[in-house]
Amino acid sequence: MVRYAKGTIALTAALLMSTSAFAQEKRIVTWNADYDPIPLAAAEALIADFEAANPEIDIQLTNFDHEAYKNAIRNFLTADPPDLANWYAANRMRPFVEAGLFADISDVWANNGLTEALASSVPSSTIDGKQYAIPYTYYQWGIYYNRDAYKAAGVAEPGPEGVTWEQFLSNCEAFKAAGIDCVTTGSSALWPVAGIFDYVSLRTNGYQFHSDLAAGKVSWTSPEARAVFENLGKLQPYVTENHAAIDWQDAAAIFVQGKAANYVMGNFAVGVFKEGGMTNDNLGFMVFPEITAGIARAEEAPTDTIHLTSGAKNPEDAKAFLAYMASADAQSKWNGAVGQLPTNKNATVDAADPFLTAGFEALSTATGGIAQFWDRDADAEYAKVGMEGFQQFLVQPEQLEAILARLEQTRLRLYPQ
Amino acid sequence: MAQASDTAAARRWNQRALAPWLFLAPGLFMFTVYVLWPIVQSVTLSFYDWNGLYNQNGEFTGTFVGTRNYAELMTDPAFETSLWNNLKWLVLYMLALPIGLFIAIFLNQTVTGIRLYKSLFFFPFVISQVVVGLIFAWFYAPNFGLFYLLTESVTGKGTAVLANPDLVTYGIIAAGLWPQIAYVMILYLTGLNNVAPDQIEAARLDGAKGWRMLWYVVLPQLRPATFIAVIVTVIGALRSFDLVSIMTSGGPFGSSRVLSYYMFEMALGEFGFRMGYGAAIAVVLFAIMMVFISGFIWKMWRDEQER
Repeated sequence: MVRYAKGTIALTAALLMSTSAFAQEKRIVTWNADYDPIPLAAAEALIADFEAANPEIDIQLTNFDHEAYKNAIRNFLTADPPDLANWYAANRMRPFVEAGLFADISDVWANNGLTEALASSVPSSTIDGKQYAIPYTYYQWGIYYNRDAYKAAGVAEPGPEGVTWEQFLSNCEAFKAAGIDCVTTGSSALWPVAGIFDYVSLRTNGYQFHSDLAAGKVSWTSPEARAVFENLGKLQPYVTENHAAIDWQDAAAIFVQGKAANYVMGNFAVGVFKEGGMTNDNLGFMVFPEITAGIARAEEAPTDTIHLTSGAKNPEDAKAFLAYMASADAQSKWNGAVGQLPTNKNATVDAADPFLTAGFEALSTATGGIAQFWDRDADAEYAKVGMEGFQQFLVQPEQLEAILARLEQTRLRLYPQ
Repeated sequence: MAQASDTAAARRWNQRALAPWLFLAPGLFMFTVYVLWPIVQSVTLSFYDWNGLYNQNGEFTGTFVGTRNYAELMTDPAFETSLWNNLKWLVLYMLALPIGLFIAIFLNQTVTGIRLYKSLFFFPFVISQVVVGLIFAWFYAPNFGLFYLLTESVTGKGTAVLANPDLVTYGIIAAGLWPQIAYVMILYLTGLNNVAPDQIEAARLDGAKGWRMLWYVVLPQLRPATFIAVIVTVIGALRSFDLVSIMTSGGPFGSSRVLSYYMFEMALGEFGFRMGYGAAIAVVLFAIMMVFISGFIWKMWRDEQER
C-alpha cells in the first residue's frame, strides 16, 4: 500500500531544486507529471535530448504520486498552472476542456502533420473539432499468463492465437482442481475489475454495444447486457477470492508466485511481473478469447496524454516540446524504455520485446475498434457506479438483479431518456 | 469632584462593556472566518450543481438546482448505506467507554513499573490513525494477515474481513476502537486520581465493595470524565474518515462508506467532483452532529446554572 513512487518524488524534487539553480537564464517550461520510476527515467531522458537540441529551453518536470495527482491537478490547474500537464484522453479530459483549463492545440497538430501521424488517436484527442491533447503512448490490455502455473496444473499452454472461450473455462476448471486461481485481480481500487468486464462485454456484444453501454445509451436490463453478466458469471467462480481487499500489485504477487494462472491486465504490469522475477520464458500474453463467434475483435488500449494548460506562462516553448513528444523519434525512445506502444504510426517498436510485438499485432489487427477503458469511456460518476457493480457481481453473483436495478437507476438519472 | 467620578464611571463602563469584546475579538474573528463562513458556504453550495472548477477567468461555473441534491440523497442507496454505517459506528464506538473504564481501574494501582504499563496502554492513541489503519489492514489481509491465518487455523477457511461486505464495517470499527479505548482510558485515569479517598474509605466501612462500590461510589465521582469521554467518542465516531479511507476506500463496492467518506468521494474523489452533492451530504452530517452538540451544550449550560 505504501507506494514506492513516493521516494522518487522526494528525490526528483531535490534534483529539480539543484538543477534549477544553474538554469536561471534559460526559458523555463514547467511540466507536472505522475510517473512511476521507469517512465520517469524515460521522460528525463527525453527532456535531456530536447534540451540538448534546444539549449535555450529548460524543461522542469515535477513528478507527483500517481493517485495524488488525480486530485492535485484540479488545484494546480486553477491555482498555479504549469505549462504542461499529464492527463488522459477522451472523456477524462472533458471537464478540464469544458472549464477552459486545457488549451486548444489544434495548431500543433496542424503544423506538424499529426492528424496523419497520430491518426488512430484523433478521436480521443478531439473535443468539438479541436485537439486538446498530445497522445504519446498507449498500451494493450489482454491476458497475461504464467506458463509455470499452466505446467503445474498440467494444462496445455495457449498458442499464439490464444484459446477459445470454452477451452479457457475448462482450463479454469483444471486450475481450480489444482488449487490455482484461474484468473486473478486485485480490485480494492475498483478499476482492475473494469478490465475484465470490458473484455467480456466487447467479446459478447462487440465494440458498438460496449461503447453505447459506456455512454449510457443502452439499458442494463436489456438481454444483451444480461448476456454480458451471464458470461461474467461463468468466470466468477475462478477469480481470486477476496480480490476486493487487495491491490492489483498484491494480485501480481499471487500471479508471479504461480498461485494464479491468468491476469487480465494492461501491459504496464509486465514491469511489475518482471521485477517479481518472471522472464520472457515463463510470462505469456494472449488476447482475450472470442466469446460470440463472428464479432469483429476489439481491444482496450488506454491512451496517456500531455496537455497545454490555458494558464501556461511559456506556451510557445511548451508547444515546441509537445511537438517533440508527438514525434516518431521521441515516442520510439520513450515507449521503448517504458515498454508501451507509441501512438505515432511512424515510430518503431522494440522487436525483441515479445509483449510489445504481440500488443502491436493485437491492436493493429483489432478491426472491431479500440476502447479506452471503462473509466475513460464512461463519464466519471457513471464509471464509478459501474465499477462498483462489476466488483459486487464478482463477489456476490446472486445479487445480479439488485446490481442491474441500481445501475439502471443511475443510468436513467444521469442520462434522462 | 463630580467631574472626576463621571470619568471614573465612564472608564468602568468601558472596562465592563468593551474589554470583553476586545479580548473576544481575535477568537470571534477566527471563528467567523474558519467556522461560520465555511458553514454558510457549504449550505449555499449544497443548492448548486458544480464540478469544482473555475474557468480561466476565475468565474464560478455551477448552476443553481434548488433542493434537487437533497431530493437525490433521499433515493441514493449509497447514502443510505453510509447513514447505517455511521449509526453502527456511533453505537459500537460506545464500547470504548466500559472497556476504557475497565482498563483504567485495572491500571489505577501502585506496583513497580506502572507508569510504563500505563504508557504502553496509551500508546495506540499516540500513533497516527493512518498507521493504525495500515496495521489493521495488514492484520486482516487475505493470505498473510494474522487474523486471516488465525481464522484459517480455527475454521479451516480464512476470513478476509475487508473483502466481506457484511463484516468490513465492523472490522474498521474494531481498528478505530483500539486508539479510542486508550483515549477514554487516559480520561478515566485522570478522573480516578480525583476520586476522594475518604469517601472510598467511608464506603468500605459501610461494607460496600466490588460492583456496588464502583456503581454507587466511584462512578458518580467520575461523571465529569464520563461526560468528556462520551463527547469525544461521539465526535470520533461521526468524523470517522481516516480509517475508512486507508483500509478500504469505502469498499468493497461501497459497503464500508460513512457519511464523511461519501462526502469526500462525491466532492473530491477520483470519480466524483460533484461539489454541490458533496456539500449536501456535509450539511446532513452537520445536522446530525448538531443534535449531539446542542445536547452537550444544553447540559453544560444547565450545569452552569445549577452552580
